Amino acid sequence: MPEATQVSSTADAADAAVAVALRGLTKSFGDVVAVDGVDLDIYDGEFLTLLGPSGSGKTTVLRMIAGFEMPSGGRIELSGRDVTRQAPFERDVNTVFQDYALFPHMSVLQNVEYGLRVKKVAKGERRQRALEALASVQLAGFEERKPSQMSGGQRQRVALARALVNRPSVLLLDEPLGALDLKLREQMQVELKELQRQVGITFVFVTHDQEEALTMSDRIAVFNEGRIEQVGTPAEVYERPTTAFVAGFVGTSNLLQGSAAEKVLGHTGVVSVRPEKIRMVNVLDSPAEGEHSVVGVVRDVVYVGAATRFVVDLEGGGYLVSLQQNVETSSMEVMGMRGRQVRLVWSRDHEFRVADVT
Amino acid sequence: MTLSRPAKWAFGLMAMVCLAFIYVPLVVVVINSFNASQVFSWPPQGFTTEWWHAALTNPGARSAALSSVLIAGAATLFALVMGSLVAFALGRYSFFGRQTVSLLIILPLALPGIVTALALRTAFKPWLGTSWEWFGVAVGPTVIAAHATFCIVVIYNNVIARLRRMGTSPEEASMDLGAGVFTTFRLVTFPLIRPALVAGAVLAFGLSFDEIVVTLFTAPADVTTLPIWIFQSLFRPNQGPVVNVVAALLVLISVIPVYLSQKLSGDPGHAGGRM
Repeated sequence: MPEATQVSSTADAADAAVAVALRGLTKSFGDVVAVDGVDLDIYDGEFLTLLGPSGSGKTTVLRMIAGFEMPSGGRIELSGRDVTRQAPFERDVNTVFQDYALFPHMSVLQNVEYGLRVKKVAKGERRQRALEALASVQLAGFEERKPSQMSGGQRQRVALARALVNRPSVLLLDEPLGALDLKLREQMQVELKELQRQVGITFVFVTHDQEEALTMSDRIAVFNEGRIEQVGTPAEVYERPTTAFVAGFVGTSNLLQGSAAEKVLGHTGVVSVRPEKIRMVNVLDSPAEGEHSVVGVVRDVVYVGAATRFVVDLEGGGYLVSLQQNVETSSMEVMGMRGRQVRLVWSRDHEFRVADVT
Repeated sequence: MTLSRPAKWAFGLMAMVCLAFIYVPLVVVVINSFNASQVFSWPPQGFTTEWWHAALTNPGARSAALSSVLIAGAATLFALVMGSLVAFALGRYSFFGRQTVSLLIILPLALPGIVTALALRTAFKPWLGTSWEWFGVAVGPTVIAAHATFCIVVIYNNVIARLRRMGTSPEEASMDLGAGVFTTFRLVTFPLIRPALVAGAVLAFGLSFDEIVVTLFTAPADVTTLPIWIFQSLFRPNQGPVVNVVAALLVLISVIPVYLSQKLSGDPGHAGGRM
């Protein structure tokens, strides 16, 4: 496994101040190592996503930044200040919880006012700010409702307003869209991103949904087994995965390996090619200059409306997935491709060597 | 599920039989309290409120009732503090032997009352003679302590169930928003467990109020709770009708805490307090 890359990739990131710095962060629960030496700089005002499967340690990292879990080792800095041993209420961060964690015995307004109330902000000012926060998440007029009288999407907005009203330097979001249905989730993704641009607060967002991560993030840190596998912009992580895990987790696992890879590359190794970069052509066609190709048999055809996914078993073993836009084809035509021998062609620029894990 | 007409009738009848089985004896007690006859007799021989008047002015019954209220109140108060502390310790922290402690706390509810009574009597031997006078009636500290042993279980069960259901995230959210430990307890934790405390307290009070076995074994000679008074009066001539009145009153009074605990415990839609 390669060392986790920690080099920033956004152009202006090097100049931006570091909002959250994680240094050798480790957390064990008994014998289980949940977080295993994480180093990460999160810059001021960026939308950073911690992406990974469940159990990869991303939520534990978030909970350590919030102060709910004490690290077993390493350091956490907020704006250059060491907060590793500080209690949650001593840190200038706020959290949007996965289950929202609204106070069921308080009205929506009281929920949003809570942070200001315990910080002894004067009544008039806190009411004013709470109303503004509610308006910013399109919940004006819902002040007197109880959380139990609201839908999942509305509760989600209350949780957002309750956190944002405190104007924290960093907002932590723990899979906040996980409980919403697809349509609402997509809508909230856009709204969240919009809100983040408006308020300019650093967002640290945890999700296991790669599409969500690609849609919303400035940068993504891909987690696996308690470590960061890769940090980069959505395009970098998607187009240039540095490990087989990242290639598989972000997007479809499309790895060329073993003897099939050897045949194409002329040497052993593992390369990743995104399905939409692969053209499917007649077996007899030969690839152009700067292209690679393999021959295989179509095993499966999955019609997904706008496009079709072809699963092709390769001559040298293994398989690749090719995604073809249904520009001129219909479902009837693509279904007929099953069992046919085809040639898969892609540009060398679109294949990336990944570290071999097997 | 749709039921055929005969099935509906059959189920209805069974429900009626079941309810009658439970409530007819209680109704008989209430009717008997207005029965002109001196002895338990059926059918009633005439209507009278004489027994009600006698019971309400009976000094023995009145001081026994007050004694029961004081003992149940003290036992409940003690159990509220101890029971919630234990519930917090076991519900919020994990430590070696947690399961065992949890079992040991619940066990007294399952033990036969007579065993508990005997054990407590033995344990309390040196203090069995001690009694305090509160509001003019004798109250036994040994009885209070003995009642508290099972009251704690009721409170503990209610509070720990509530703590489990609410999880830790409301408290985490509170601290995340800047509230310290005590503010979090005052503004979030306590309001959220209050229904469980009230429901538990009402049940504990009820359990202590009508307890007789443990009370008989641990009460000093001068302490007479209401159940003991009723029990003793049954064997005295001419007390039968008054006992009926007291029993009828208890039936009416006990409806209130059950109603309250159903109403107050938990979220809307959730069934009442857990035993």
